Amino acid sequence: METTNHEAHPEVGHVTPVDLLLKVWGALVVLTVVTVAVTWVDLGPFNLFAAMGIATVKALLVALFFMHLRWDRPVNGVIFLTAILFVAIFIGAVLLDTTVYQPDLIPDHAPAVNR
Amino acid sequence: MSTATPSAVEQAPGHAPDENYIKHGKGLMSWLVTLDHKRIGVLYIISILTSFMLGGVFALLVRTELLTARQTIVDADTYNQLVTLHGAVMIFLFVIPGIPAAIGNFVLPLMLGAKDVAFPRLNLMSWYLYVIGAVFALVSIAAGAVDTGWTFYTPYSTETSTAVIPMTLGAFILGFSSILTGLNFIVTINKLRPGGMTWFKMPLMLWALYATAIIQVLATPVLGITLLLLIIERAVGIGIFDPALGGDPVLYQHFFWFYSHPAVYIMILPAMGVISELISVHSRKHIFGYHFIAFSSIAIAFLSFLVWGHHMYTSGQSALASTLFSILTFSVAIPSAVKVFNWLATMYKGNIQLNTPMLYALGFIFMFGIGGLTGLFLGSLAVDVHLHDTYFVVSHFHYTMFGGPVMALVGALFHWWPKITGKMYSEFWGRMSAFVVFVGFNLTFFPQFLLGVNGMPRRYFNYPEQWTTLNVMSSIGSYVLAVGFVLALIALLQAIFRGPPAPANPWGAASMEWLCSSPPPHNNFDEPPRAGDPYDFSQVRYDEATQSYSFVDEKGE
Amino acid sequence: MSEEVTKTPDAGEHGHDHPEGVAHHFDTATQQYEAGKLGIWLFLVTEILLFGGLFCWYAIYRAHHPEVFIYAHQYLDKTLGGINTLVLILSSLTMAWGVRAAQLGEKKNLVVMLTITLLCGFGFLGIKYVEYKAKWEHGLLPGTAYSPHEEEAEGAKEAKGADAGGAKVAEPAAGLPAKAADPKKGTEATVIAPSADGPAGLAPKTEGGTGHGESPKNVHLFWGIYFVMTGLHGVHVIAGMGIIFWLLLRARKGDFGPKNFAAVDNGGLYWHLVDLVWIFLFPLLYLIH
Repeated sequence: METTNHEAHPEVGHVTPVDLLLKVWGALVVLTVVTVAVTWVDLGPFNLFAAMGIATVKALLVALFFMHLRWDRPVNGVIFLTAILFVAIFIGAVLLDTTVYQPDLIPDHAPAVNR
Repeated sequence: MSTATPSAVEQAPGHAPDENYIKHGKGLMSWLVTLDHKRIGVLYIISILTSFMLGGVFALLVRTELLTARQTIVDADTYNQLVTLHGAVMIFLFVIPGIPAAIGNFVLPLMLGAKDVAFPRLNLMSWYLYVIGAVFALVSIAAGAVDTGWTFYTPYSTETSTAVIPMTLGAFILGFSSILTGLNFIVTINKLRPGGMTWFKMPLMLWALYATAIIQVLATPVLGITLLLLIIERAVGIGIFDPALGGDPVLYQHFFWFYSHPAVYIMILPAMGVISELISVHSRKHIFGYHFIAFSSIAIAFLSFLVWGHHMYTSGQSALASTLFSILTFSVAIPSAVKVFNWLATMYKGNIQLNTPMLYALGFIFMFGIGGLTGLFLGSLAVDVHLHDTYFVVSHFHYTMFGGPVMALVGALFHWWPKITGKMYSEFWGRMSAFVVFVGFNLTFFPQFLLGVNGMPRRYFNYPEQWTTLNVMSSIGSYVLAVGFVLALIALLQAIFRGPPAPANPWGAASMEWLCSSPPPHNNFDEPPRAGDPYDFSQVRYDEATQSYSFVDEKGE
Repeated sequence: MSEEVTKTPDAGEHGHDHPEGVAHHFDTATQQYEAGKLGIWLFLVTEILLFGGLFCWYAIYRAHHPEVFIYAHQYLDKTLGGINTLVLILSSLTMAWGVRAAQLGEKKNLVVMLTITLLCGFGFLGIKYVEYKAKWEHGLLPGTAYSPHEEEAEGAKEAKGADAGGAKVAEPAAGLPAKAADPKKGTEATVIAPSADGPAGLAPKTEGGTGHGESPKNVHLFWGIYFVMTGLHGVHVIAGMGIIFWLLLRARKGDFGPKNFAAVDNGGLYWHLVDLVWIFLFPLLYLIH
C-alpha cells in the first residue's frame, strides 16, 4: 500500500481513518453473526423486532460511517430520514387498512378468470 | 462575489447585439445535445404542447362520441381506449412534466441569477427520457392501445388483452424524467442561490418549484414500483394484485394512489407559483403574504402524502381508513385557500393590467377556486359515495387540473414569451384566446357537475336520453375550447415570426430573469446579480426611450 | 449520478474564471462537491421509496398470511444468504476505503479496493445464481409457475398433483363456466360464480400448515415476493457493478485524486445503498421464525 501523502489531502470532504473503517466492518460482521444466532432463540412476537433492530443498527453503521453522514452537512441525513419516514407512513397506513378489512374478505371466494 | 446591480441597459452591451441562446450554436444537433437549460426548456415546450394537442384530439373524439346518447362515432371498446389515452397522455405527457419542465427549466436558473441548473447533463437526460417514454406510449397506441382507464386498476389491467405493458413502461420511463427534473431543481435551489438571496428573498415561483420537486422525488418512485409490479403481474402472474392468484386489488389502489394523489400537487403547485408571479407583476403590487404563500407550498407538499385514500372510499377500503383520509383531506384544502386569499389581497388596490397573462391568471383563480371547492364535496366521505366515478369527479379534476395548470401554463407562456423568444405577441389575439378559452372551458365542464350530481357515470359511452342536452352543451363547449387554444397558438407563433422585438423587461417585473436581455445570452449572467426583493416594483422604472422598464440603482444599494 | 468535473466546451467565453476542476456554473469546489452529494442523496431517496413499495408488499402479505412465509422460507438456504451478507458488507468496506484512497491520491490502493469491491459483486451474483438455480430445479417459482417437486411429505405430494393441473390456469376447475367470457371475442359477459372448491391454480388448503411437509395455500405468493425483491436488488447490484467498473477504468488511468474524487464518493454511496437494502432483505426473507 502506498504511504499516505499528507500533502495530497482533499480540499473538500472528510477522510475516514482506516482503523475506523475496519472497526465498523468488524461490528457489521459481528452483528450479522448475531442476527443469525438470534434465530435459534424464540422470542415470540419479538422475533421480528429483534431482527429489524439489529438490521437497523447495521444500517446506521453503514449510513453514518461508510456513507459519511457522520461528517456531512445535516441536510443529507435529513433527506435520508425523510425518505424512511415516508416509507413508514406508506407501510403503516396500508397495513392498518388491510388489517381492518381482512375480516370482510370471504376466503376462497375469488373466481378464477381464464387468461 | 457580486457587484452592484447591473441594469438591463448595462447588461445588454456586454454582449454582441445578436448574441443570444437561440443563435449560439447552429443546427439541429446543437439543440439535441445542448446542455443549456434554456434550450432544454424550449425542447420541452415543443414536446409538451405536442402532447397537449394529441391529448386534446382524444378529448374531442370522446366529446364527439358523447354528443348522442347512443353510439355516435366509435364503438364501446374504442371509446374505452380513447378515454384511457386522453387521460394517460394528458397526465403523463403533459401536465406532470408541464410547468416545471417547460417553464421551470427556462426560468429557474435565470431567477437565481445562475448560469444553469446544478446538473445540466441530467437535465438533458430528463428530456430524452421524456421522449423515450412518449415513444413507448405511441407504440402502445399503435399496438391496440389501452382500455383500462389511465389508472390501470387491477384485475382488469392484468387481464385485458390491450397493450398495457408498453403504456405502463412508457409511464415508468416518464417517471424517471420527472424524478431527475425534481432532483435537479432541489439541488439548484439549495446550492446555486446568489449572494444575498436567502430562502425568503426567492421569487415564490421557486418555492413552488421546490415543493413540487420534493413531491417528485418522494412520490414518483412509488409509481415506478407500482407499474413494475403490474407489468410483472401481467407477464408472470405473481399474485400481488390479482385475486384469482391470491392477490389484493385494493392493494394496487393503495400503491397507485400513494403516488397519484401527490401527483396532482405536482401539477398544481408550479401553477400556483406562476400565478403568484403573474398576479403580482400585473397588479404592479408587492405580493401579499409572501411567507404564507411560501409555507403553504411546503405544507401542501407534505399534506399531499396523507390523503390518497380519498380516491378509494368505495373500493373496499376499511371504513376506518376512509374516515381518517376524509378528515386529512379537509386539511389539505387549507393551504390552497390561503394562497387564493393572498392573491386576491395582492390585487386589491393594485394597478391591474388586464393583459393576456393577467386574464389567464384571473381565469385560474376563478376556475381553480371552483375546482378546489368541489374537491371538498368529494372529500366528504358520505357525499363521495354518491359522487364517486360520476361526472362530478370529472368536472372537479378538470376545473382543478385544467383550470389550474393549463391556464397557468398558457399564462406563463404569454408572460415569459418575450423573454424566451425575444418577441412581443399581439395583445388582441392573446386576450381573445383567454376569453374564448374561459367561455369554452366553463361551457364544457360546468354542465358536467350537473350530470354528475344526477348520477351520470364517467367512462361510459352511452347514457340515458334525458341527459342529452347537458352532454351536447359540454361537447360544444369542447369545440369552443379548442378554438380558444388555436387562437393562443396563433398568437404565440405569430409573435415569433412577425412580432416586434421585446425589451428586456416589458412588464416591469423585479425578479432576476428580467435583468438579462430578451432573449437571454447563452451564459445568462456574467456576474450573479445582487438579490433584492423580487416583488419590489419601485426598483424598476419605465423608460419611454426603450419602451421598456429598467432597473434603477437605488442610492446606497 | 455523479457529474464529471471537467470544463464545459465554452468555458472560455465568459467574463470570470472559476477554479480548476470546477464546472462553469459553479463558483467554488465546495459548492460543486456539496451539490453533487446532495444530488446523489436525493437519488438514493428515490431508491429507498422504490424498494419501500416492495417492503410494503412484504409487510402486508407477511401480516396476513404468516403461514405462507413460515412454510416457504424454509426452502431458502440461510448459509448462502449469510455468506452473501458478509460479501456485501466486505464490499462496503472496500468501497469506503476506496473513497479514502481516491481522496488521498493513493492510486494503486484505489484500484485494489475497487477491484475487490467488483469481485465481491461477482461473488454475490454467483451465490444468487446458485440459489435461483436451486429454486428453478425444485419448481419454487412465482405465480402460476409454482410447482414444487422435491423431498416433500405426503400432503405436499397430493398438492403437487393438484398444482400440476392448476399450473395451467386455462383449464377450468370444477364448478366454473368452461371459459370465462373474453370481451374481446364478443362473447356474452358472464357473472362468474366462485368455484365450489376454491380458485384454480393454487395449492389446496391442508390442515395445520406449519409442518415442513404440509403446504398452506398460496405459497407462490412468497416466491413472488422473494424473486421480485431479490431480483430487483440484483438488478441494482449489476448496475452498481457497472458503475464500479467504470470507476475502475478511470482509476487505472489516474483520473482521481484529492481534487477529483467526487465520482468515486458518489458511486460509492450508490453501492452502499445496495448493501443497505440487502441488510434488511436478509433477515426478512431468510431468517423468519
